[in-house]
Amino acid sequence: MVLPLIGLIVLLASAVVCGLSKRGDVLGPCAATIAGALAVFAGGQSLLTGASPTITLPIPLPFGAPRLEIDPLTAWFVIVIGMIGAMAAVYGHSYLSNQPRRTISLSWCWYNLLLAAMLLVVLARDGFFFLVFWEVMSLSSFFLVVHDHEKCGVVRAGWTYLIATHLGTAFLLVMFMLLGSPDSMDFVHFNPAVVPGGASLIFALALVGFGTKAGLVPLHVWLPEAHPVAPSHVSALMSGVMVKIGIYGLLRVLTFLGPPPSGWGWVMIFIGVVTGLTGVIFALVQHDLKRLLAYSTVENIGIIVLALGLGVLGIAAGNIVVATMGICAALLHTLNHALFKSLLFLGAGAVLHAAGTGRMDRLGGMLRYMPYTGAAFLVGAAAISALPPLNGFVSEFLVYAAAFHVMSVGASAWSGLIAVAAMALIGGLAVACFTKAFGIIFLGSPRSKTASQAREAPAGMRTAMILLALLCLGAGLGGPWLVGLVMPAISQLLPVSMSLNELQGIFHMLPWISYAGLGLLIGTALLLGLRAVLLRGREIRSGETWDCGYAAPSPRMQYSAASFVQPIGSMFAGLMRTRRRLQAPQGLFPTAARLETETPDFFVQSCFAPIVRGLARLAAAFRDLQQGRTHLCILYIVATLLLMLIWHLG
Amino acid sequence: MRWGLLHVLFALVSAPLLAGVINRTKAFFGGRHGPSFFQLYYDIFKLLRKDAVYSRTTSWIFRTAPPIELAAVLLALLFTPLGSTAAWLCFQGDLLLVVYALGLMRFMIISAALDTGSAFEGMGASREAQLSALAEVALLVALLAVAAFTKSFSLSAFAAQAWAAGLVWPANAILPLVSAALLVVLLAENARLPFDDPNTHLELTMIHEAMILDHCGVDLAFIEYGSALKMWILSAILVSMALPLRASSSLLNFATGLGAMVIVALLVGYIESVMARLRLIRTPQLLVTAGVLSFLAVMVAMR
Amino acid sequence: MQALKEILIVLLILLNFRLLGTSRLGACVQTVALQALVIGLLPLLGPNLPTPWIMAMMAAATLVKSVVLPGLVRRALRETGVVRELEPLMGYTLSILTGTGLLVLSHLAGRKLQLPTGGVDQLLVPVTLFTMLCGLFLIIARRKAITQVLGFLVLENGIYLFGIAFAVHEPWLVQTGVLLDVLAAVFVMGITIHQINREFDHIDTDRFSTFKD
Repeated sequence: MVLPLIGLIVLLASAVVCGLSKRGDVLGPCAATIAGALAVFAGGQSLLTGASPTITLPIPLPFGAPRLEIDPLTAWFVIVIGMIGAMAAVYGHSYLSNQPRRTISLSWCWYNLLLAAMLLVVLARDGFFFLVFWEVMSLSSFFLVVHDHEKCGVVRAGWTYLIATHLGTAFLLVMFMLLGSPDSMDFVHFNPAVVPGGASLIFALALVGFGTKAGLVPLHVWLPEAHPVAPSHVSALMSGVMVKIGIYGLLRVLTFLGPPPSGWGWVMIFIGVVTGLTGVIFALVQHDLKRLLAYSTVENIGIIVLALGLGVLGIAAGNIVVATMGICAALLHTLNHALFKSLLFLGAGAVLHAAGTGRMDRLGGMLRYMPYTGAAFLVGAAAISALPPLNGFVSEFLVYAAAFHVMSVGASAWSGLIAVAAMALIGGLAVACFTKAFGIIFLGSPRSKTASQAREAPAGMRTAMILLALLCLGAGLGGPWLVGLVMPAISQLLPVSMSLNELQGIFHMLPWISYAGLGLLIGTALLLGLRAVLLRGREIRSGETWDCGYAAPSPRMQYSAASFVQPIGSMFAGLMRTRRRLQAPQGLFPTAARLETETPDFFVQSCFAPIVRGLARLAAAFRDLQQGRTHLCILYIVATLLLMLIWHLG
Repeated sequence: MRWGLLHVLFALVSAPLLAGVINRTKAFFGGRHGPSFFQLYYDIFKLLRKDAVYSRTTSWIFRTAPPIELAAVLLALLFTPLGSTAAWLCFQGDLLLVVYALGLMRFMIISAALDTGSAFEGMGASREAQLSALAEVALLVALLAVAAFTKSFSLSAFAAQAWAAGLVWPANAILPLVSAALLVVLLAENARLPFDDPNTHLELTMIHEAMILDHCGVDLAFIEYGSALKMWILSAILVSMALPLRASSSLLNFATGLGAMVIVALLVGYIESVMARLRLIRTPQLLVTAGVLSFLAVMVAMR
Repeated sequence: MQALKEILIVLLILLNFRLLGTSRLGACVQTVALQALVIGLLPLLGPNLPTPWIMAMMAAATLVKSVVLPGLVRRALRETGVVRELEPLMGYTLSILTGTGLLVLSHLAGRKLQLPTGGVDQLLVPVTLFTMLCGLFLIIARRKAITQVLGFLVLENGIYLFGIAFAVHEPWLVQTGVLLDVLAAVFVMGITIHQINREFDHIDTDRFSTFKD
């Protein structure tokens, strides 16, 4: 327990120093990296030894002293936070370097505060402090989002985020108030049995409250606004880690709600499927790289919740295999998504840094100018498409495995069918989405002048990306080991009757995946060698791309991001309602023509916008009351007083 | 085990023969003599001896993609059974490995196509991404139907346990449904006729051939061979699900499996001879229909 | 026998999907006729055979529905010269997906209405519901009056199947009533189609709305 405390102290102290001075540009990232490393170490230690050290901080506060604990479930998330926090900090040091020192320093202040708050949220064992740290986390991330507040749209996105996150917190507040008692808000004293409405009410509140943070559809609308506008290392941290704190909250609540009914599992499966499909479909049609990545985060959260739903269904049906596999898939995908999504966001940041734009239709051929970034991005893109031998495949494999096993449960068999069909469609569309992201940006030839002047990212940024890419590969090959590591955390969520040793046998197929991944790597190496041998002594020339006889192909003739997804887009036209602005070519010798497509969020358009408009109309009705004259105000006061007097007397 | 290894070796040697059988069938229906059964072998060997020309637009992705594709499809082959002959390697969940290895192959083909910066290849890549996303659903749900029936999710176990569980023609509606869905997937994934025309690549409507327009020499040989193996794998999966015969001797099983492969090739050739290519906007509908067939099969299996 | 019955039931579902997925009206008519034939065959495979008298009734009904009525509709097709439903209110791919949704819905509803026999017959109730829903869907989602007549026939097929499933000894009670209804409907609609076509040169029902005032 000492290590994370030191880490927290380092973070908080450095946050204070960064906030007060201008020297945070080195101190901030250093502190974050050290604290991240400490956190990873502490989490690993807890998972390997199975110990759950706890400590009560000797700080006298009106609601009692905060109690912190690292149990396996917390440890797993501590590792995720520490690892990505450290990588993003290394990257951020170079990323921010061309900005004024004061701005940088302030940014690191919020960054380290965010990191500390996230660690504290997962460590806290007290409802009151949980909420306090939760709020600190939301606020510090808000300030990080509005870092580039002079750019258009950033502040608006920030406000959207702030409002959404507070609405979510309101549900959590109610939840903790129902669970706790005035004497103690400690998690161990929570008893859902005494809550009016029972455990299901608590579950519903948790799903809405934590779901807002995690970005479950339709509460995801803030996510594609806020994540892209933040500086890229912050986007990586928010998309890779902070949304997972919502998942953590859900898991933590499940630990003290007792045995779940199967209805919860169904609800989670349904929400997971809807979230996953919505996320991937909207990711597909985005033309801005960071926005695409943000939507893909929504997709992956959907996969995690779907897996969790299968797990809960397994627990409810008493099927230990399904339960273990589902929860294991959810936890593993949490880590895996953190790795590849932060990698992709860092790659997007490097592109943004080098070319000055994230709009795909202005980019192209970046692989030639940024070989390291491109290679790392390729690894991330393949990992998120769940391709072997990378880590995304391992966790999605487990989701499928849980779904296939559900087929044997009987009444829940339908969920297996739904899960498999949804996962297959999500997987296929994700491949399309990320071949588009990688292909349009890094392959072909540059579509604008700025893109052709891009240079490779500086060493700090490269290091973080390459390390993350290697971790993606490592987690893909080391699946069995990771499952062994996460096992104590899984058993926390299972009913006590299920023993750990029994569970290990379930995953006998995982080593096969590792061997297959290794085989794939070796096979590729051998075939590359064979290719080199076959090409030896042959003449290798270069020429123009063969365009069926056309001799002067130009970059503008390439398929663009919009044209690449047009066939798929037309299949989901009803959901997406893409706006097209077409200026068609006219006459016999047309000069100019343009086509713009834009896909606004369906749920914003058809769900939240009407509500907000209604609220605005309601508020406007009161506008007549407010004339700005003093005597009118006094009249209102007098009238109110009189009314109250009458009410009191009557 | 031994027979599985034999299957792998047999597939490595004779996968290009399937294309020969298909082409001869088409020639027969067209009243022509047609190219030799071994034409694809000749093509591949010719390509292996060629010099190489690379577009100036391309990067290392374009050069490394073909070996990765071939490695992926070889990996899938190791886990593919042939009829009642179990695969050389198998484990619970190998069907996902096969499907996702083919996914890796597709990812690399699409990337390499986009690397050329050609409008044609972009077009092919875009269509491939669309069709294969739908085909994957049909394929996985179809396999789920068999898995639900046999309570196992290894391709090799399907073939073995389906019989024990009573999943035999014509006693059950699952098999016709699954076979029909798998046949559609086979045609779509291998760029066969109602979806794509393998004979030409000079039209705007092509998919697979358009994506590999710019490859040459050794790379093209790798891709052609890889495609032949992919055809073999998907046909073998279809055969494993639909084969109506099972003998007690391994040799006989292996022989019937091979015979069934030839029948699949003849069937594909027949379909190509009697059908016209579907309009591009209609192809997703066929794949969705295949998905519905698989869905129905799962429903019947769950009963 | 059970296996054959299962295959026939699955065939019924597939025929419904064919109706949802095709734009050719000729194919639609053919499918409806085939569907009636399959439904007519089903009771012969059942666990207990109906009496000869009822069997004759059934044969007659099947004959009417698979030969006479489709013939009438075909004649209407010939007279109006319509071949395809070109612009349906809901696209064909989407129709198929909606059909899948309806199938799931009928399956869930069918659980509440289980037959005592068990076995393959468990599929029978969902399929009857699905057939009826498909008929209604055709009436709602297509423009041409002819497709709507076909939807009506499909609906009737579903109801007849329901009768077989639940009262194999007296399905003709359900049957004759419905048959008379349909017969009347087909004549009325045949005449209407003919008249509409002569007056306005097309049979798109949704264009009637321009005459609403």
